[in-house]
Amino acid sequence: MGSFQLQRQEADAVNVHEFQAKQLFGKFGVPVPRGRDVWTPAEAEDAAKELSSPVTVVKAQIHAGGRGKAGGVKIARDKSQVSTLAGEILGKRLVTPQTGAAGKEVKRLLIEEGVNIAHEFYLSLLVDRGTASIAVVASREGGMEIEEVAAKHPEKIIKVLIDPVTGYQPFHGRKLAFGLGLSKETIGPFAKLIGNLYRLLMEKDASLVEINPLVLTAEGGFIALDGKMSFDDNGLFRHEDVRGFRDLDEEDPLEVRASEHNLNYVKLDGTIGCMVNGAGLAMATMDVIKLAGGEPANFLDVGGGASKETVKEAFQILLADPNVKGVFVNIFGGIVRCDRIAGGIIEAAKEVNVSVPLVVRLDGTNAEEGKKMLAESSLNLEVADTMWEGAKKVVGLAGRAGR
Amino acid sequence: MSVLVGRNSRVVVQGLTGKEGSFHADQCLAYGTNVVGGVTPGKGGTTWKGEASGKEVPVFDTVAQAVAATGANVSLIFVPPAFAADAVLEAADAKVPLIVAITEGIPVLDMMRVKKGLAGSESRLIGPNCPGIITPGEAKIGIMPGFIHKKGRVGIVSRSGTLTYEAVWQVTKQGLGQSTCIGIGGDPLNGTNFIDVLDLFQKDPGTDAIVMIGEIGGDAEERAADFIRENVTKPVVAFIAGVTAPPGRRMGHAGAIISGGQGTAASKMAALRKAGVAVTDNPALIGETLAGLLSKAEDDDEEEKEEVVVVVQPCSAVIAEERCP
Repeated sequence: MGSFQLQRQEADAVNVHEFQAKQLFGKFGVPVPRGRDVWTPAEAEDAAKELSSPVTVVKAQIHAGGRGKAGGVKIARDKSQVSTLAGEILGKRLVTPQTGAAGKEVKRLLIEEGVNIAHEFYLSLLVDRGTASIAVVASREGGMEIEEVAAKHPEKIIKVLIDPVTGYQPFHGRKLAFGLGLSKETIGPFAKLIGNLYRLLMEKDASLVEINPLVLTAEGGFIALDGKMSFDDNGLFRHEDVRGFRDLDEEDPLEVRASEHNLNYVKLDGTIGCMVNGAGLAMATMDVIKLAGGEPANFLDVGGGASKETVKEAFQILLADPNVKGVFVNIFGGIVRCDRIAGGIIEAAKEVNVSVPLVVRLDGTNAEEGKKMLAESSLNLEVADTMWEGAKKVVGLAGRAGR
Repeated sequence: MSVLVGRNSRVVVQGLTGKEGSFHADQCLAYGTNVVGGVTPGKGGTTWKGEASGKEVPVFDTVAQAVAATGANVSLIFVPPAFAADAVLEAADAKVPLIVAITEGIPVLDMMRVKKGLAGSESRLIGPNCPGIITPGEAKIGIMPGFIHKKGRVGIVSRSGTLTYEAVWQVTKQGLGQSTCIGIGGDPLNGTNFIDVLDLFQKDPGTDAIVMIGEIGGDAEERAADFIRENVTKPVVAFIAGVTAPPGRRMGHAGAIISGGQGTAASKMAALRKAGVAVTDNPALIGETLAGLLSKAEDDDEEEKEEVVVVVQPCSAVIAEERCP
């Protein structure tokens, strides 16, 4: 089917743990190994004893792939080993290509029965932007990163699109099954599996369901050995169960705090904090800081309102990051007037005590009045007319730190 | 001239009596937009009055009733996200030719069904999660501040909100006006994409140059670049936000995320440059880049006039006139 690009844009919207994804799989008739999540070595041993299989798998539960190679997945041939293996993984900081250099601490494990693997497949369902449909992607090369398979062996990837209006049809399943070269006996169960996963994605507003590997067992059945699910933020309001899966340990504490105040904040590694109204302008502000020779410390969209309370909270979040050596406030006043925003900045800055250089750029509705208010305030801040001027000023004042 | 909206636009506002709908419908009326009615189920038969504009319009229970009574040809939607897909489909069912959805936060699966539903209809959707569309001096159908715009001949299309205002303002400050400015929205699935708008601008005799504001995520800009190379002869300036955005993180907009190495700003900028677009990597220089490109085009025309016979692009004269009032 020629070359195509895999698009997983929505892949990291709202993530859940493997054991949570597998709970949902189970509810939707997708076979998973028996097991449960645990917090301590003692619990791990108990959980292993509940399983009838001789082999037990101990798996770190963090929101990142590549756990196996980082030492986060161990196999116990004997149940007496489970507690020791669990102790080794719990508390460990796993560094995988997806966690960043700092890694992620393992606080929870999934204890599962081992399965007899005959073959490993890759399978995922995701929203396809280009066609506004659900793409099902499958490959015989299970266990490998799908991006790698796509790059090296695009011909080994099979993709089927499901129109959301007509929904899943058995031919979708057959098309995939024959494409994967499945035997006649397994085509029926495989097609049923795809139908169930499609139903799961649609009913739970998931943006991605990924099983890598999907195992064909020696006994001839399919079982999801791993499971990853991401959900559309915008759909969470109608899924209380998925909201309950949120694990604050997996999120940056400052990002959690920002989200509690309806601020859209993403922490980065640089030294120039920025506060902007609007997501596109906030990204552009990060870019202009970089062009001016600095590195942005964050993405922060304070939204259209930019009230005193919002600005105050935003200042506190920016300044809680010890790397921040300067702050750039970039506001384009539209319906919300700049003089009102300036008032908010002045009051907030007085209460928060901004300890690093502060540069404010106001433009748009009533910008002149706003700038005058800032200039006449007793605050130690610089006013800029354009975002380029503002970026250069803040980077200069912060001493081109972060290099 | 302009695209999609202008003096003949008759606007019905879905969600008129809500906080957002009420405020912005009033602002649109104050700008001079012909808002002819509103829709709020259960409030049909009442009258709504705008504070700033002082104007009154009738409220209807359904879009079909509103269209029948007022001849509305545009619907502007402020309905909350959980009910917005239904609102768009209701407008399409009432055969409203242009639907502008401002609502942010519509589930992507809802939008998927909406897109399929609209495919066979007579309606075009702009948005969702967008500032709307404006033809300066004629019709403001959205939440953008009216005063930053100036009537003219530059078409602007963007996935963003405030960054669009920034770009518009820079263009206006260069003395250049806009034919129509369209926010196509920051969601992964939208009703009208860059290519649709580029096509409209290319065919619009009132548009001489195009500014395109993209951002990370998806491949809409790459596809737009292919389209520009094949079909667009007017000068295009572009900026792509998110060069510094880390992979795998959502930058505010639901659609703004780099995943699996796809959707980077670098890839989009390269594709656009290859298609002959003047891409600036500095968001503060969008207006200057456009002005520079247009004056260069003028100079080229001058030279051609001297050496060859006459190959005048009708645009340059008008733009020069505008810039030297």
